[in-house]
Amino acid sequence: MFRKLAISAVAALALTSGAAHAAGGAGEVTNYDFSFEGPFGTFDQDQLQRGLQVYTEICSGCHGLQYVPLRTLSDEGGIGWTEEEVLAYIDQNFIEVYDEDLQDWRLAIPNDNFPVNDGVGAPDLSLMAKARTGFSGPYGLAINPLINGIGGPEYIASLLTHYTGEEVEQYGSFLYVNETMEGGLISMAPPLWDDAVEYADGTPATVDQMAQDVAAFLMWTAEPHMMARKQMGFLAVIVLGIFSVLLYLTNKRLWAPVKARAKGQQPAE
Amino acid sequence: MGGIPHDHYEPNSRGEKWLHRRLPIVGLMYDTLMIPTPKNLNWMWIWGIVLVFCLVMQIATGVLLVMHYTPHVDMAFASVEHIMRNVNGGWAIRYIHQNGASLFFIAVYLHIFRGLYYGSYKAPREVTWIIGMLIYVLMMGTAFMGYVLPWGQMSFWGATVITGLFGAIPFIGEGIQTWLLGGPAVDNATLNRFLSLHYLLPFLILGLVIVHVWAFHTTGNNNPTGVEVRRTSKAEAEKDTLPFWPYFVIKDLFALVVILVAFFAVVGFMPNFLGHPDNYIEANPLATPAHIVPEWYFLPFYAILRAFDQEVWVVIAANFLTGGIVDAKFFGVVAMFGAIVVMALAPWLDTSSVRSGRYRPMFKMWFWVFIVNFFVLMWVGARPAEGIYPYIALIGSTYWFAYFLVILPLLGVIEKPLPQPSTIEEDFNDHYGGDHGTPGSGSAAKAPTPAE
Repeated sequence: MFRKLAISAVAALALTSGAAHAAGGAGEVTNYDFSFEGPFGTFDQDQLQRGLQVYTEICSGCHGLQYVPLRTLSDEGGIGWTEEEVLAYIDQNFIEVYDEDLQDWRLAIPNDNFPVNDGVGAPDLSLMAKARTGFSGPYGLAINPLINGIGGPEYIASLLTHYTGEEVEQYGSFLYVNETMEGGLISMAPPLWDDAVEYADGTPATVDQMAQDVAAFLMWTAEPHMMARKQMGFLAVIVLGIFSVLLYLTNKRLWAPVKARAKGQQPAE
Repeated sequence: MGGIPHDHYEPNSRGEKWLHRRLPIVGLMYDTLMIPTPKNLNWMWIWGIVLVFCLVMQIATGVLLVMHYTPHVDMAFASVEHIMRNVNGGWAIRYIHQNGASLFFIAVYLHIFRGLYYGSYKAPREVTWIIGMLIYVLMMGTAFMGYVLPWGQMSFWGATVITGLFGAIPFIGEGIQTWLLGGPAVDNATLNRFLSLHYLLPFLILGLVIVHVWAFHTTGNNNPTGVEVRRTSKAEAEKDTLPFWPYFVIKDLFALVVILVAFFAVVGFMPNFLGHPDNYIEANPLATPAHIVPEWYFLPFYAILRAFDQEVWVVIAANFLTGGIVDAKFFGVVAMFGAIVVMALAPWLDTSSVRSGRYRPMFKMWFWVFIVNFFVLMWVGARPAEGIYPYIALIGSTYWFAYFLVILPLLGVIEKPLPQPSTIEEDFNDHYGGDHGTPGSGSAAKAPTPAE
């Protein structure tokens, strides 16, 4: 009985999170290999820095990162800059925030968040990598997300690379055909072109490369403590695993005389 | 406490005697911990401890979370992100709390299914069952309101849909809905009262858990055979039972730790697998998500809610007979709550005198269909209500009600049960006795000698 139930419970876990992914409804999503996938995956620091560069030079024109504090650029397990590098970044890119007390814009300090940017109605990107799904199904069974991950960064990278180049005019505004976007139309013009940025580490800035880099960066903005989280996962699983072995042995020893009595009782009593 | 004869606490030292005369709290704890427990309990009897652990874990993490959370529509979403990013270990506390709800419901469903299979709800344990159902309903309320607090898109729209159910009640529905929400729509007043209630209800659950434990400590535990512990003498009772401490405490702890390994693997490696991505988008009353889906643990009942649309003949009949007062929406609401009510009435709907499903060949079959049906409903609850899915949902919902209202009452009359062991000791010795481990020797070879 309990074995069957345990199996069905596992099945239920897989099956029911179909709810989570039923609504994604994304179009074409390429299953990119990101360095941070799987329990052992880690962020590629160089890639995050390249992604930050793409965000700063291109995306930040329209999109904000309002939940991400600038000081976290120097956090371990992420971009990994020094505090001086963070200050230099703010300075060089002239990052300003609106100060309620001054009632004016001023240069940001590391304790400020990245600025809000809702000028043209573009969505904030802080949590985008967790707010989208790349993989779902089949039939709402959530097997694909179980195997491939939920696929937020894959969705972002795919969206950036799946423009067909066509434009459609709707109600006086131009929409762009995109195979990843649900419904196939997006109001964002293709933001990337080859060599749109110049990487300091010499990586060729192809559209594909930049898309993956910025997607990885946005995974970090959405889940800055991912490395610590996986470490905690390992620590907990190992410690509890050892503890469970000890408890198993204790339990076995504790019950051994009771079970032995059950064996021997029939002739004895 | 309890009808099973056993040793009670005797204060020895002067200090113990002094306290015992004034407040017999040590004795109460001793009797609770040393309760005689049927020694043949299998691994399905571990979920109670897992559930107590979940409740304590959720309260502990919840108390920490609320220190950093801001219940205001403009700040709630940002305050959750503040917890995830800036609070020391906040991400861990929040992910544990969030996934802890799922563990809580996995455990409660397995706990309920165990009760349904082994007939734990039958006399004299009806009160335990009813209190358990109350706890379950409170859990659902708590989980629902907790899900609203992060103020994401699914929080907001889930709250809108579910509170809208109350609006379906004829005549007074709209008033009730407004009263529940604290306004015409889900807004700041709603968020505030949901936080207040989300904090309150777990303590009511805690109180009911104590009553739940008290109730089954009075009747004694059920066990896989459904045969009662012999209570004519202490010596006889001791042949059927073992004290809860240490035998079952260690066993349950072992099971709990194994479950926690899986739990922390989920928290560490895929904490958002069971969540909805839309809840990482701040609530926006002007943008309705494409599909509004509740959390996984509500899906079977969500499927039942949606199953009864205006094309189902019972709904049409109800609508006609009540002169249009009972419409499809209200019918669905009644069906959803009714699904839980019929489950709570199981002790009086099941007519079989045999407690455990182990000795009920026909019941077994219907029970497993019920379990499969539960998962089918869960699955279909997350699918869009179009194409074949509404039919599947309708068949599944019908089976849910048929199981409790038709199958359970009928089976008791037509089923011929298998012979049961006469005592728990016999069952235990059969299991661990002579032929244990020797393949090929059937149970017929055993000669149980219970009363010699």
